[in-house]
Parts: sequence; structure tokens; C-alpha cells
Amino acid sequence: MRYLPFDATDRAQMLTRIGAPDIDALFADIPPAKRLAAPLDLSNGLGEIEVERRLTRMAGRNVAAGSVPFFLGAGAYRHHVPATVDHLIQRSEFLTSYTPYQPEIAQGTLQVLFEFQTQVAALTGMEVANASMYDGSTACGEAILMAHRLTRRRKAVLSGGLHPQYSDVAATLGAMANDEIVRLPLDPRGAEDIAAQIDDETSCVVVQSPDFFGNLRDLEPIAAAAHAKGALLVAVFTEAVSLGAVRSPGEMDADIVVGEGQSIGNALNFGGPYVGLFATRLKNVRQMPGRLAGETVDADGRRSFVLTLSTREQHIRREKATSNICTNSGLCALAFSIHLTLLGETGLRRVAALNHAAAVDLAERLGAIPGVSVLNDAFFNEFTIRTPRDAAELIDDLAARGIIGGLPVARLAPRAGLDDLIVVAATEVSTPADRQAYAEALAQSLQGGRQK
Amino acid sequence: MNNQGRPTRPNAGDAPRRGTFTGNRALDIEEALIFETGRLDATGVDFEAPTPFASKLGAHARDGAIGLPGLTEPEAVRHYVRLSRNNYSIDAGLYPLGSCTMKHNPRLNEKMARLPGFADLHPLQPIATVQGALELIDSLAHALLTLTGMSAVAMSPKAGAHGELCGMMTIKAALAARDEDKTRTVVLVPDSAHGTNPATAALIGFSVRAVPAEADGVVSAEAVRAALAPDVAAIMLTNPNTCGLFERSIVEIADAVHAAGAYFYCDGANFNAVMGKTRPGDLGVDAMHINLHKTFSTPHGGGGPGAGPVVLSERLAPFAPAPSIVRNGPSLSLAEHSEGTQAFGRMSAFHGQVGMFVRALSYILSHGGDGLRQAAEDAVLAANYVRASLVDLMSAPFGDRPCMHEALFDDRWLKDTGLTTLDFAKAMIDEGYHPMTVYFPLVVHGAMLIEPTESESKASLDLFIMTLRDLAMSALAGERERFVAAPVAAPRRRLDETRAARQPTLRWAKPAPA
Amino acid sequence: MTETRYTKDHEYVRVEGDVAVIGISDHAQQALGDVVFVELPAVGAALAKGDSAAVVESVKAASDVFAPVSGEVVEVNADVDAQPGLINEDAMGRGWIFKIKLANAGELASLLSEADYEAFLKTLA
Repeated sequence: MRYLPFDATDRAQMLTRIGAPDIDALFADIPPAKRLAAPLDLSNGLGEIEVERRLTRMAGRNVAAGSVPFFLGAGAYRHHVPATVDHLIQRSEFLTSYTPYQPEIAQGTLQVLFEFQTQVAALTGMEVANASMYDGSTACGEAILMAHRLTRRRKAVLSGGLHPQYSDVAATLGAMANDEIVRLPLDPRGAEDIAAQIDDETSCVVVQSPDFFGNLRDLEPIAAAAHAKGALLVAVFTEAVSLGAVRSPGEMDADIVVGEGQSIGNALNFGGPYVGLFATRLKNVRQMPGRLAGETVDADGRRSFVLTLSTREQHIRREKATSNICTNSGLCALAFSIHLTLLGETGLRRVAALNHAAAVDLAERLGAIPGVSVLNDAFFNEFTIRTPRDAAELIDDLAARGIIGGLPVARLAPRAGLDDLIVVAATEVSTPADRQAYAEALAQSLQGGRQK
Repeated sequence: MNNQGRPTRPNAGDAPRRGTFTGNRALDIEEALIFETGRLDATGVDFEAPTPFASKLGAHARDGAIGLPGLTEPEAVRHYVRLSRNNYSIDAGLYPLGSCTMKHNPRLNEKMARLPGFADLHPLQPIATVQGALELIDSLAHALLTLTGMSAVAMSPKAGAHGELCGMMTIKAALAARDEDKTRTVVLVPDSAHGTNPATAALIGFSVRAVPAEADGVVSAEAVRAALAPDVAAIMLTNPNTCGLFERSIVEIADAVHAAGAYFYCDGANFNAVMGKTRPGDLGVDAMHINLHKTFSTPHGGGGPGAGPVVLSERLAPFAPAPSIVRNGPSLSLAEHSEGTQAFGRMSAFHGQVGMFVRALSYILSHGGDGLRQAAEDAVLAANYVRASLVDLMSAPFGDRPCMHEALFDDRWLKDTGLTTLDFAKAMIDEGYHPMTVYFPLVVHGAMLIEPTESESKASLDLFIMTLRDLAMSALAGERERFVAAPVAAPRRRLDETRAARQPTLRWAKPAPA
Repeated sequence: MTETRYTKDHEYVRVEGDVAVIGISDHAQQALGDVVFVELPAVGAALAKGDSAAVVESVKAASDVFAPVSGEVVEVNADVDAQPGLINEDAMGRGWIFKIKLANAGELASLLSEADYEAFLKTLA
């Protein structure tokens, strides 16, 4: 269906008032040789039934995660989102409103952002959080730039446990901005001596926990080592639910905390839209990128909320802005906030415990298969297994058997020599039967070779 | 920098306080924060604790309160429904925000995006299990290339500003391939540019050189030639520009830029005015981001998410970032690594805002080539209709001449009233309208930029016009009270933004005991 | 009486001995709106005439403050750091921003006198 309400009479009346003979007169500034004479070679507009038919057919060519036993994480996680969340975010006033630049008629959005910021700060153990970034990977890139501004140094050290695509994003930004990025080798055991890599030129060290391989990292000594050299600790997480069970980066003295919030409130959506979380200490707030909602009063003295500290941003500072970012991830941040409100602390701890229990159970089952070993001593809902056969082949074989078994590390790091590693996640949506099915399929695959 | 200031603190209220016990006013309900109404032990989900098991968290277990209150489902629904009612939205009324293209957000888009085959799909699933998703990305990419006449498209940028960054990084990579990235370090940017343009350039080490516009609001090829030099990497132009005018010298400008060995970045925020009428590729553009949340109807969601795919010319195509879609006969796959290729790197994890791609493709399929062209024509028609209906009362900085999809006024017509653009905007709120974009672009004083879009009916436009005329005549007649205290009917009166900046309170904190 | 000189960028310079007291003019503070933050130069910094020395921020705007004369920064105003609104209340007095030890008193001659600055303001209206 098209949303073009004018009819011929409307158009004629409008042209008359304008004083133009025809619509082409209003396009007269387009150089004549560059005007398109006819509509482009795109099919003509389709009716709603046909659009549905086409897109449904397209969607039907995919294997939805919920239709099979599903154990893939590696930066995006499948969780149960309560039915209420999706209904609330589809309310017109949330879905179709704009950035709250006119706060008198946007208190809905602004109050939600204020609540979201408070939730993120509490979750990460930090003093202040912004109103969200695009996603965890770009938040990580921005955190590094912020650390450079705060320390006036330009070298970042990236842990070997950082999600490879997050490292790629940071490396891309660093190369373009002529900053130095030191990427430590991928570290499946979480055994690297990152403190030894920090020197007087380091602006920040970037450490993920739970890391890409599922290891839990003790950030406190790393923070101490960084601070001793005048550097900052940027702590990263890709699984927000982990903060319901694992010590917060703020407790462990991180200076900037960034992460992916998709796990809470947001569907997988084949990679986006997601929601970047960004938190720091109050003294650093003027160097923090992104939007910020703050509390104030209106002319009647009533408590109100408004976007504030805007002079950090591009629309005022232009080339001197902390970032070029303009949007936040509004609706995804709303979904995160609603879900977290429905969970509350009690619910979050409970679902985190269920995640951990599922992963512990699965690790036990997989570790019992001859030839398969679990690399992690401590983990939350994700761990890494080593297999006797090429991991990518195994994953494809499992898929043919109707199991999504995890991420072959080589897919994100083809030259790391880690072709026998799979990163496996188990969340609260997996059942004991699912986990049993995975273990059986993996055993069969290893015994019998490829599924035909 | 933007140094156009304005008042940010209201005069103390002289309107009567609410006269009810609750402070509510019928359907307008005051709603506290979740931190004030929720409880740490409340929850709106029904998980059971797991049966006992041996934890593998070791010393990493989190103890101590986190500080997150919960609400039950009915409480949560009430909280968010009440909050939502304090928001203006396109569904409720016309949003004349210039440069934002607030067209109707189709509900079919939402239904399609929620098909499990799209929504419940992990980006790193085996390629064989996601062929439909790759087809979706490829179909949208193809449509964007057809509309723009360009050679390649980077689909991964997460928003318009991210797309600008991607486009400028592609240009920098192309310069590096010619060994000119250390010498070409300047980007030409008109003063009317959106703040993201210079911010983007500065992020990756370019310095910005201003290009002046002519008195008629557009950039001349002479001015560009005068600014071009061997140190120029690129020009960043918006077309139509932020004053709502088509840059009619664009082809000569592109030629001059290319002849000088530089690249042409086009900010595609205003593509709604020209889609189907001309193609950026034909005009000489090398890179252009497209805001799917503007031109292609994906919802604004209170500030995001957006999506900013970047179309690229043939000379820039090789440098596009990972990932890209690769066709192997009947099936599709992803090239996810930039090592060993000319791709400059990666913009973000995974593949882009695929959820927004579904919505944009649904919109494009619904309109088709003919419908999209009609949309551009109607958008331009609507903006000119509004302009022609107001120009006798409100001052237009570049005279009574046609605009494209948005009409620009300045505040000269308010000079003798003692009222400002801000006052005028706030009075619109009481009349039931979200104000137009104000104080942007910076090149005119007290700018008012109106973009009605093509999805408003003529009746809706007529009421909007009559309301603005009534307000304008009221202002000119000296009826100050209607303006200086406005808005008086909204859920809040004017806010003390000075206080918010001087004493930032950026999160809820437990009040100290009395 | 100490003479105050001005620049076309709306900075003022008030000479007290060999030290120049620098701030933004009353016109500038009005145009900016309520000041919410001032980015001060570092004490000891060496500034050349025309260098960006400070930034004055209001809610909706930010304005560079350029050094009207060359010299070393000898003092910054801790009061405007704590209470940026002083610049609005008393831009010419308690709202001063930083002090420079003059490297070259001859530079003052090319700045605008108070009368010339008033005349300049009229051309902007």
C-alpha cells in the first residue's frame, strides 16, 4: 500500500496556489540532462497481500532460532522476552515519536531514558550512563576514543579475549584516526598477561568479561596495573544478563564500561538493531559521547526531564564534538528498560542463575563425549569446547542434523589456528531435552562422520 | 562551532497550578519513576529458581544488591502506558521537522519485521540456514543501487552519522591506495552543513575548510574551485541542501572536485526530495549515505534505531568495508573479513540493521519505482504549498522562490514583535503541533525549517497552514501572552535547561534520609 | 581608571599593571544565553594572539574565547569554574576568565576602544 493521499484535484489546487504550471517546474533546478524521464527499473508498487507474500517467502528460507535446539551466542544471545515488552514498544507514542528535542511534549521518552540510564549505571556498577549507543562494538570504539581524550595518549591495548569483530572495529577506527592499537593474540584460556603490556604510552586497556571464549576475568588487578601507569581500564561485556550473576566491572575499578544490551528486551534480528550500553565515572562525564537525559523542573516547579550537556555533541560543537553520533538506539533502549523493569533484580538474578545452570549442564554433557574437552574452568552461560575434528565442518553437520551448535572460532578468526574450537552458549530458553539432543548429535557426528 | 544561543530558563510560572488532589488532569496522569514505585523483590516474570547445581562462577559471583526495582506486569503496563501518553508522535499528528522526513510509519513494516524467520535469526548461524536473510539484504541493496545509480553499497552502518563515517573512511582508504592520505587532509564543508558532517571529518583526522554559499543559498562552482587545492581530500555536500534548495551547480562542482583529485561525499538526508527524479550517481557523487529512518519510513522510535547504508561510485567500491554479500550461483554468502582485500575494515559487529532493512524493503516494495517517484513529487509539492501559503507573513531568507521538500523561514519577520523563533515554536505546541525544526541551519538567524512530507493529506496541510497563519498574525499584532508563556497546555511548561546543565542529575539516587 | 579594550570576537582586555584580565563582553554573554560551563586554559600555557584559549558553553551554544594578546597564562578564575553564571551576572567584573602576563604591550593598540566596540556592535544589530 502507498501512503500518497493527494488526488488530481488536490495537486491542481496546490499548484495553483504555488503559481507553478506543473510539478516539473518545481524540479527545474535539476540539470536537464540529469532528470530521469521515467520511473526507475524497480517493479511497480505492490499491494499489501503481495508484499506479505514475498517477504514471508523470504523469511521462510531461514531457520528461525526458536525452531531448533539453539546454542549460539558469540555476541548476541537468544533469551525469552516477555510478551508485554513488544506490545509496549509498539505503542504509537513510543514507536513513532522523534528525538525528544521539545521536552514539554516528550516526557514519556525522557523519563524512560532517565530510568534506563539509572538501570545501566546500577547494572554496571558505575556512576553515570548515557542514553545508549548503536551497539556494543561501536560503543567499544567510542570508549577507546574517550580514553584517548582523557589521558591525552593515543595507544589502546586490546585483550585477546575481546570479541574479534569488536577488535576489528577498534582497529579500523584506530587506523583511520592514526591511533595505535595493540591486539593481543586470541586467548582461549584467558591466560594472557595483559598487565605486562601496559606502558606510559597506553591510554587504555580493553578487556571483555565474560570474554569471547566465555572465560570470567578478574578485572581488579588489571585496573590497578593500568592506573599505576596513568592508563584507564575499559571493561566490555557482550552478554548483559551476565551482570545478574557476575561481579560488575564498576566494583572491579573499571573507568569506562561498555557492552551490548541486546540480550535484554531485544530480538536477534540477524545482527541489528541492537543497543550499546556506555557507563563511566561522574568526573569523566563531559568526555562521554552520546545523548544524556537529566532531571530539572519546569516553570511550575514540576519535576521534568530534558536532554542535557548537549555541548559535547555534534549539533553544537561540530568538528570539536566528542563524537559524530546523532541518534541513540531509542526503541531498543526502551525495550531493554521495560524488560529489566519486568525482571527486577530478583527476576534478573533468577534468569541469570537459569542461564548458568543450563550452561553448566551442557558443558558436562559435551565434556563427557570422547575427544571433546571444555576449556573453561569458570564461565557464565558461554564456554569453549575443543573438538577432534574441524569445528566448522562439525557445526555444518550439526545444522544438517537440526542443531545450531555454536560458533566455530575460525569463522571470526580464520588465521588464528583455532580451527578446532567452538564457542557454545546455553540460555534459559534451552531445555534439558535440547541439551541432550545436542550431546547426542555431536557424539554421532564425531563417530559416524558427515550427515548426508 | 554553533554559537547561536537563546534563553534556556523559563520565567517563574504564572499559570495556575493543577487543582486536583493527585496532580492528575483527567487522562493526563503524573507518573513516578520505577525507582520510586518498584521494589527490589518484585518481578513481572515467572521464572523458577533452578534446581541446585554446582556453580562454576568461582570468585566472580556477584553478591550485594544491584539496585534494580521490579514491577509486576499490570504495574509495568500502567507505568509505560502513562508515560507514553506524554509523547507527541507522527501517529497522533503532523510533524513538520525539517531534515527529518517524518512520514507515516507503515504498520505492515512492523508485521514483516516480526516474522520469526527475520526476527528470530542469529547473525552467525550457518550460512545455509540464513539464505532468506541474505536475500533480504541483497534485495534492499539492489533497490538502493537502482534508485541512486551507484555501483556498490555498504549496508553495515548503523545510522546516518555512522554512514557518513563509513563514506569518509572509504574515501580516506581510496586516498591511501594512491598514497595521498598524508597530503590530502582537508575536507570542504559548507556552513549550512549538519553538525555531523564536520564532526565526522574531524573524527578521522581531517580538518575542515568552509565553503561559502551564494546569496541565493546554494554553493557555486566558483566558490568550490577557489577552495580546492592539492590538500583537499573531499567535499561534503548535502543535496538538496539544509536550506531546502537543490544545489544546481552540483554537476560542475563534482567535475571540479574530481579534476582536483578529490572525492564528492553527499549527505543523503534529503533524498526524499529527489528519489526517482534524478540519481546521485549521475550527478557525480562518489559516496552517499541514505537514512532509512527518513526516506524509507522506518520508525524513529523516540530517537533511534536508524540505519545508514552508503552507496558508492565505481572508483570507491573496492574499498567498501566488510561484510559484503557474495553470490555463488543460486546461493548467497557473506565475505566477512577485510584482510587480503582492499576493504578498509569493519564498521560494527555483524551485518547491519537488518531489522530496519525488512521495514525499508516492505516500504519500497509497496511503493515501487513509480510510487517512490510520486512520493518525491508530492513531498516537494507539499512543502511548496506550505511555503506559498505563509510567505506573505513570514520572511524567507532567499526570497519568494520555490524550495524542494522543505521550506525555510528566518526570524526577521518577528523583529518588531519582541518574540523569538523559540516563542513561536512553543506556541505551536499549545495548538497541538510539534514545532518545526528551529535554529537549524545555522546560516540564517532563528531558522524555522518546515518539512511536511508526502504522507499528509491536503486537509491536514490546510489546517496546519491556517494555524500557522493565525499564530503569525497574532504575533505580528503584538499578542505576546500567547507566546511568551507557551506552552501552557502541554504536560510540562518550559523547562529550566540551565539548571539541568549546571547541576547535572543524570540518574535517580536514593534521597538522603531527612 | 584602567582602560578596557575589545576585539571583534567580543573578548575584552583590562590591563592591570603588566597583567591583562580577559573575559567576554556583556554583549557576548547575552547572545550566548545562560553560561553552564567554562573550559579554562592551563596556568602556565603560552598563548599567541589569536590562539583559542578557552570555551564558554551555554545550553545551546559554545563559543571559543581567543587570546586577544600574547603571553603566559598566570591565573584562571576558579569562581567561574564553580559558578559559570557569574559570566552572565557580571561579565566585565567577577566573570573574568583568565589573566595573561603581557608579552607585548604594543598589541593593545590594535584592539578596539570601548567607543569603537560600541560602534561595532551597532553595525551587527
